[in-house]
Amino acid sequence: VSGSSGSSRSIEALLATKEIVVFCGSGGVGKTSVAAASGVAAATRMDGKVLVVTVDPAKRLADALGIEGIGNIERRVPDAAFTEAGIEPRGELWAAMLDTKQSWDALVMRHAPDEETAHRILDNRLYESLTERFVQSHDYVAMERLFEIHQTGKYDLIIVDTPPTRNALDFLDAPARMADFFGGRLLRWLTAPYRVGGKRGARMITMASKPFYSVADRILGSQFLQDIAEFFLNFQSMYDGFVARSRSVEALLHDKRTTFAVVTTLEDAPLREGEQFCDELVKRDFNLGALILNKTLPLATFGPEGAVAAARLRADAPTVAAGLTGIDDVDAAARVLTTIGTAFENFAVVARRETELRSELRTRPDVVVDVPTFADEISDLGGLARIARHLAPG
Amino acid sequence: MNGPDLLARRLLVVTGKGGVGKSTVAAALALVAARQGQRVLVVDVDAKGTIADRFEAGPIGFKPKEVMPGVSLLAMDTEASLAEYLRLNLRVPIIGRLGPLAGMLDFVATAAPGVKEILTIGKVCWEVRESMEGRADWDLVVVDAAATGHVIAQLGAADAIRDLVAVGPVRGQTEWMSELLADPAITALNVVTTPEEMPIEETIDLVGQARRELDVPLGAVIVNRVLPELFTRRDEEMFGRLTASPVREELAAAVGPGSEAVIAAAELAVAMRRSRVAQLVRLRAEVDLPTLYLPYLFARSQGRRETEMVATALAAELGL
Repeated sequence: VSGSSGSSRSIEALLATKEIVVFCGSGGVGKTSVAAASGVAAATRMDGKVLVVTVDPAKRLADALGIEGIGNIERRVPDAAFTEAGIEPRGELWAAMLDTKQSWDALVMRHAPDEETAHRILDNRLYESLTERFVQSHDYVAMERLFEIHQTGKYDLIIVDTPPTRNALDFLDAPARMADFFGGRLLRWLTAPYRVGGKRGARMITMASKPFYSVADRILGSQFLQDIAEFFLNFQSMYDGFVARSRSVEALLHDKRTTFAVVTTLEDAPLREGEQFCDELVKRDFNLGALILNKTLPLATFGPEGAVAAARLRADAPTVAAGLTGIDDVDAAARVLTTIGTAFENFAVVARRETELRSELRTRPDVVVDVPTFADEISDLGGLARIARHLAPG
Repeated sequence: MNGPDLLARRLLVVTGKGGVGKSTVAAALALVAARQGQRVLVVDVDAKGTIADRFEAGPIGFKPKEVMPGVSLLAMDTEASLAEYLRLNLRVPIIGRLGPLAGMLDFVATAAPGVKEILTIGKVCWEVRESMEGRADWDLVVVDAAATGHVIAQLGAADAIRDLVAVGPVRGQTEWMSELLADPAITALNVVTTPEEMPIEETIDLVGQARRELDVPLGAVIVNRVLPELFTRRDEEMFGRLTASPVREELAAAVGPGSEAVIAAAELAVAMRRSRVAQLVRLRAEVDLPTLYLPYLFARSQGRRETEMVATALAAELGL
């Protein structure tokens, strides 16, 4: 983290040198579009293969990337789509969506000691709701899948859009938490009565786990508890595989080849959260590469010259209108001039607040980039290319 | 929807996609009710402190704290909720914190589908029932609920538990909760959105999913941050003439070179409004719920003052 100010560098250097760029940020800041646009920027400037892994893209964006409804499969964005958008790609752009259920199934198949156990797990009626809920399972599979793709060595650059989570950095803890969970005392307690003595369902409760059971029984009923325990007993057979894998995933996230880009808007709440991500990343020794200020108002528009003109329009609209050539409805003209003067001043307040917040930024990675707001929503490659030009100008 | 309809309920659940202003709208809704003389409890389900920020109230906990006349806040805490449940229903006395039991809860709650959700929605329902039976003060409970992705699980927890747990006291305890949540005279699920593609898409999905999977009655869709319409059709025509040569140059001569920036800003405002209107049209075509519109606030983006301003706009939309 440097102390430099201003948006002097672009993310082009990151895209050129890193193997993995992880985009994170709170909900609604445009993380997915920025991640996809970075992919476009990389593919238009560099040779090689770039993959964008997105989690929950808007339908039109998924359509534009050609990944709508195709699950975990990686797809190449056809050159024709680039040509249509008026861009000439140098490299290949690939895209994939994260399908949590598919990824979990694949994980179970890989780590289960034998096929029978794998199917016992997959067929358990608790499996689906558990993988949807426990230990931030979305985050875990997102990171796990990133590792898997990286290991194939098929891509020069992998760009990851992180899942929307309650706490946006949960995904960083997910591998470690997964390992903790499998090694934890509670899982041993829960499955102990069913392991000891070898006879499933025979409740041989140890002194240590007795209070746990008496309370859990009263709340949940013993049948339910037994269902859970059986499920986890099978699940536990994957312990070694999971723990080893979690460690590798963590190591990859900390590797020099991986960098993180935090996306935020210049609004109070998202910015506060964005700065917390930055702090947290630095604290945990991850590589914080860039801070992207998305959907900002264009500074060039809301400068002092415009303010002068707007003020004069608001003050003297009738006089100004009367002096214009060929405008007969002077009242209507004055009304419109007043309206645009007022609109300018309204937006200028927002622009000023953004400037203020920008200057107060606590964390400054080497790269701080502004991406201006666009009137229409980004839903195609052309739109992504527009963002890309701001992310990596020139 | 008019105000008396919505505010006559006892439980208003507010959800929405992250970043749309869900907490602000929940806080504003509470404020509107309080201005009508109601005593309101606001429950912050995520307990991230966002609701407290909306009232500039400082830290809040599981015990309701009155932050202004008529408005009390409560931050959800599933461990405290479990302790309360055990004490009241199973006569298991819990002194102080749960200690090692908390670890158990954490485990069971992450492992067992619906436990965390049931402790959350259970506490909410309990406060509503207590107030209806005269043991608590609330005329209205407003829930700043989980985001669209999680709210179905939260509100459906009572039913889900009954499907999973064959016996045990929890099963019996969930019956009355389901009834309370399904009663249109008591409960309404409201969705906050902004006129942008993703939030609108999630709103349409959520309304469909809620109708398919929940018995919880739907209330209103609240569209936040709606940009004002700049021009009438006639004025837009005039704007076109004012920005064509030679008038455009005459404007620059009259008010300075900054006229170009003013025109650019107006064009941006018009285009932004237009792309958002397209989303509103889509919302109206696909969702038949009463829809309330809250304006984009240029002046403020946080704090008590923002809550006050949103509440005033909301009250006007509700016809109050």
